[in-house]
Amino acid sequence: MFPCEITTMLIKTLTDRLSAADITPQEVYLNRRQFMAGSAGLLLPVSAIAALPAAKSPLSTSEKPNSRDDITSYNNYYEFGTGKDEPALYAQRLKTRPWTVTVDGEVAHARTFDIDSLLKMKLQERIYRLRCVEGWSMVIPWIGFPLADLLKQVQPTSRAKYVAFETALRPGEMPGVARRVLDWPYREGLRIDEAMHPLTILAVGLYGEVLPKQNGAPVRLVVPWKYGFKSIKSISRIHLLEKQPPTSWNMAAPNEYGFYSNVNPAVDHPRWSQATERRIGEFFKRKTLPFNGYGDQVAGLYRGMDLRRNF
Amino acid sequence: MADSTTLARPLALHWQQPGPRLFAAIKGSLFLVCLLPLAQLAWHILSGAAVNPIEDLTHGSGTWTLRFLLITLCVSPLRALGAPGWLLRLRRMLGLYAFFYACLHLLTYLWLDQFFDWAAIVRDIVKRPFITVGMLAFVLLLPLAITSTDGWIRRLKRNWGKLHRLVYVIAPLGVLHYLWLVKRDLQSPLIYAAILAALLLWRVWRYLRPTLAARVK
Repeated sequence: MFPCEITTMLIKTLTDRLSAADITPQEVYLNRRQFMAGSAGLLLPVSAIAALPAAKSPLSTSEKPNSRDDITSYNNYYEFGTGKDEPALYAQRLKTRPWTVTVDGEVAHARTFDIDSLLKMKLQERIYRLRCVEGWSMVIPWIGFPLADLLKQVQPTSRAKYVAFETALRPGEMPGVARRVLDWPYREGLRIDEAMHPLTILAVGLYGEVLPKQNGAPVRLVVPWKYGFKSIKSISRIHLLEKQPPTSWNMAAPNEYGFYSNVNPAVDHPRWSQATERRIGEFFKRKTLPFNGYGDQVAGLYRGMDLRRNF
Repeated sequence: MADSTTLARPLALHWQQPGPRLFAAIKGSLFLVCLLPLAQLAWHILSGAAVNPIEDLTHGSGTWTLRFLLITLCVSPLRALGAPGWLLRLRRMLGLYAFFYACLHLLTYLWLDQFFDWAAIVRDIVKRPFITVGMLAFVLLLPLAITSTDGWIRRLKRNWGKLHRLVYVIAPLGVLHYLWLVKRDLQSPLIYAAILAALLLWRVWRYLRPTLAARVK
């Protein structure tokens, strides 16, 4: 009887949560936020509320996005603490202006981009599934532009085989880096063809606004067919190179996190199964799809590769 | 001076020997206090504040199992530090609460994580060391919960004490379970490990003390 009650309560809460999100369409929600921002205009910096106009994209999923609340209060961003709620609490002290992203290495025209110039790129909304290596997933309406658009501007040389990314390291603003949970700064990497793939974007916004700080403001990578930790946040440097770069989670536990880290239900994490996932807001678990459901677009990148060894 | 002693003494006696009604009140209050973590979890989940409620239920029930195991292990050292003897009479409830939260933890896993997919559960137990030790800890906890009644204490006589020393195995397995499942940040499980180590080392010290003292002589 006791367990039955708990399920009923759980199902009720979950459906309540779902319907609460349902009855608040995004536009209404955004208007409400703008209204709130307007009335608190003296307190909020303009950049925090700037709306970002973005074109729709055929690469977006038609699945229902998670609520803004879910997306901005349940985060993995270890620079601000290892708890899921800590980034929302502590990331607000990160100064995202001024901000530059240096793109260098194997390129014809190394350049440092100011965040304002990145915000002026042709922006699109990309509604993507995000699958965390921990076994949960969300659907997130990012706003950004293809990484390829940026890389084309610096013209990678023929020796540019990989792209390395680095998160800004600001010990004064990032309480989490005082403890060496990972070898800071956070580093990630992609093969050049993965980086140039149309699905790979640099995100500067979420739900029609500039990116909240806990989600990796002012600019982050989003690679929807890989586990979430590959999508590095608050990028300060992009370096093109010939050799495969070291990446943070792979350095921390090479037997658990590979360089590729493509979502793959057939390859378990050594300590837990990757066959299923819990979509945030849902009661039952879903089957995890190869390449997080983006196999049609990206499986070709790995033709002939043993994905069990190159996990 | 004389006044303060005459005032303090009956109070101290009172503290040491609560009457049956006062003891029942203490026990009743403790029973309710031990339900507070459950109430807090339920509120957190039902109020809709939880983004991933099932994860919070899993972690919350697991954390409180460990905490109650450690609290149970604190009773003997507290006694030795001068706490009143009736504390011992509350230990059974603390132990049973450890079992209660362990049941909640296991049920969450079997039901809301695996949806009673027994094949997957068996695979998990065999394949994943943190689940193996967690399950082992629960299985070892079962006989302790079953034999916690007065009847069993009478029936088992001296063996009851020996059987219940299993908690010295269960608690380390519980901490190991936590240590092995954490993704990267070991700080929290290591705090539990340190507290447990202190509680167990105190027992080793107490056990060896007569021998050591004899050797010094």
